[in-house]
Amino acid sequence: MPISPSPTSRIRPEGRASTWFWSPRWSSGAKVLDVGCGDGELLRLLSESRGVDGRGIELSREGVNECVAKGLAVIQGDADTDLGDYPDDAFDYVILSQTLQATRHPRVVLEHMLRIGSHAIVSFPNFGHWQVRLQLLFAGHMPRTDILPFSWYDTPNIHHCTIKDFRQLCTEIGVRMEKAVALNAWGSPLRLNAPWWFWNLFGEQAVFLLSRKS
Amino acid sequence: MGDMGKTNLNSTREAADSPREADQPHESLIAHFGADRPLKLDAGVELTPFQIAYKTYGTLNSARSNAVLICHALTGDQHVASVHPVTKKSGWWETMVGPGKPIDTERYFVICPNVIGACMGTTGPSSTDPTTGKPWGLDFPVITIRDMVRAQAMLLDHLGIESLFAVAGGSMGGMQVLQWAASYPQRVFCALPIACATRHSAQNIAFHEVGRQAIMADPEWRGGRYLLEDTNPRRGLAVARMGAHITYLSDAALHRKFGRKFQDRTNPTFSFDADFEVESYLRHQGISFVERFDANSYLYLTRAMDYFDLAADYNGVLARAFKDTPTRFCVISFTSDWLFPTSDSRAIVHALNAASARVSFAEIVTDKGHDAFLLEEPELFAIVRGFLDGAGKARGLSPKS
Repeated sequence: MPISPSPTSRIRPEGRASTWFWSPRWSSGAKVLDVGCGDGELLRLLSESRGVDGRGIELSREGVNECVAKGLAVIQGDADTDLGDYPDDAFDYVILSQTLQATRHPRVVLEHMLRIGSHAIVSFPNFGHWQVRLQLLFAGHMPRTDILPFSWYDTPNIHHCTIKDFRQLCTEIGVRMEKAVALNAWGSPLRLNAPWWFWNLFGEQAVFLLSRKS
Repeated sequence: MGDMGKTNLNSTREAADSPREADQPHESLIAHFGADRPLKLDAGVELTPFQIAYKTYGTLNSARSNAVLICHALTGDQHVASVHPVTKKSGWWETMVGPGKPIDTERYFVICPNVIGACMGTTGPSSTDPTTGKPWGLDFPVITIRDMVRAQAMLLDHLGIESLFAVAGGSMGGMQVLQWAASYPQRVFCALPIACATRHSAQNIAFHEVGRQAIMADPEWRGGRYLLEDTNPRRGLAVARMGAHITYLSDAALHRKFGRKFQDRTNPTFSFDADFEVESYLRHQGISFVERFDANSYLYLTRAMDYFDLAADYNGVLARAFKDTPTRFCVISFTSDWLFPTSDSRAIVHALNAASARVSFAEIVTDKGHDAFLLEEPELFAIVRGFLDGAGKARGLSPKS
C-alpha cells in the first residue's frame, strides 16, 4: 500500500491500509469523510485515483496543515467533539481508521458516523488476538504487539475491544454489518470464510463496513 | 501621553493637505458611480455619487476566471502589494501577494479596493460631499461590512467580472470575505477568511469604543468638523491607534521584542518620558498612523466592525448563511490571537460543516498575535498556496497564466 507513515498521527500507517478494503466500490463523486486522516494520504489517493469528494478531520495541527497545503479539505478537530456538527446524511462513507479505541465515547462516535453517513467503515486493533491473550495470561503484563506497540502508561488507546465486543455493540445500537474482515498487522486479510471465533483469535485488526438499518 | 504631543502632534499644516488623498488618491485606479448607480446602504439611505479607489496586479485571463479580491483590514488600503504613496513603505501584504508569492500575481488577477468609509480614495467621511462642496464629516452615513461588500460587488460589475476565483482577507478583511460568501455565493469560487469572526465580540466592541472616545475627547476633533476648521485630532487618533495596536500583538510577542528594556538610557528618569522601549514603540506607532489615516474614518470603520453579526441576518443560525454554498473555504487562525481567537474561527467551521460546505481549517502556532496574518509565517504561506493550488485545479486554471 503506498501510504506513507505520518509521524504526527496517532494512527499507525499500516493500519490505514485497512480502509482501502472496500474502496473499489466507491464511485466517482462519492462523499467521503476520513476521521483522523493523518497527513491526508488516503484522502489524496481516493481523490486522485477514484475521484471521490473527500473531507477530513485530524487531531494534530501538523497533520492538518500538511493536508490543507496539499489542497485537501481538512479541519482540525477530533471524533469525540466534532462529528456532532455535521448534518444527517452529509456523506456516503465515514471512515474511522484505528481510532475508535482512542475515543472517549466510542458508542456515541459510532452513532454519529452512521447519522452523518449512510455507511461507515471502522477498523480497529483486535484485543482478542491470541498474542494479546497469552501475554496477559502467561507473562502477566499489559500486551504489546506490532499493532499495539504502546506501553500502558502512554497509550492513546483507552477503549480496547475485541471483534466479538464490536459486533455486540453494533447489534446493540442497531447497525447493519454489511461486511467484515479480519486482517493481520500488515493489512492482509485472513481466510474470508473463517468463523467469527477464528477471526477473533487470529485477526490482529478488523475492518467493518456498516450501514444504518432502514 | 508624556511629551509626545509637544514634539510631534501639534502640526495641523499637513492635515489640510493629507485628506485630499480621499478625493484624488495617488497610484490608484478610480471607479466612479453616478446617480444611476447609487449604493444602497444598510442604514436605509443611498450613497450617490460615490467612487471606489482600487489597485490591480497581474492580468485577467480570457475566461475572466482568475480574479482574486483582496479585502483589507481596518487600517489597510488598496496598496496591498506596491509602495504606499503616503508612507512610501512597501505594500501591507507583500509577503502574501506578488509575483511568485502564495497569491501569485503571475497567475491571478488581483484586485484590492479601498473600502467604503475609508480615507484613501474611496468615498468616506473625509471625501468631499458633492452636494455641499465640503467634507462629509459626520454627515456621512454609518456603513456596515455588508455595505463595503455591496460596493465591491458593484466594482466587479463595473470591471465585467462575474465570478471571483478567490476572496481573501484578514481581520476586518476576513469579515468581508465571510459576507461575500454569504451574500454572493455564486460569485465566490473559494474564500479565505483569516483571523476573523462572524461577529465582533463584546471585548472587541469595548476596545473600539475606547479608541473612538480617545478621538472624540481630543479638542481638535471639533465634533467631527476638523477638516473645515483646519485642525486635526492627532493626539486622539494616535492614542486610539496605540491602544488598538496592543490588541494586535500578544503578551509573549511584546515581551520577546521589548521586555522591560529602557529606550536609549540605562536608568529610569523618574518622569513620564518614554523610558521603556515599548512606550517609545507605541508612540511611534501612534504618530506614524496619523500621517496616513483619517480620524473620522477610524470612527466609521470601527463601527462597521462592531455592527457585524452575520448570523443575525439569518435568524441567529450561522449555518443558514452558507446553506448550499458552492464555495470552498479555507479558515485560518493563530494560536496567540486574542482579538479573534481560534474559537471564533472554529465557530465559522462548525457552521460551514453544518451547511456541508467544503471547508479546510488550520490553526497556526505563533506568538505574534493577531498581526501574524500580515507577517512572515511560512506555514500560513504554505497553506494558502496549497489551498489555492487545489482550488485552481478544480477551477481549471492553468499553473501559470
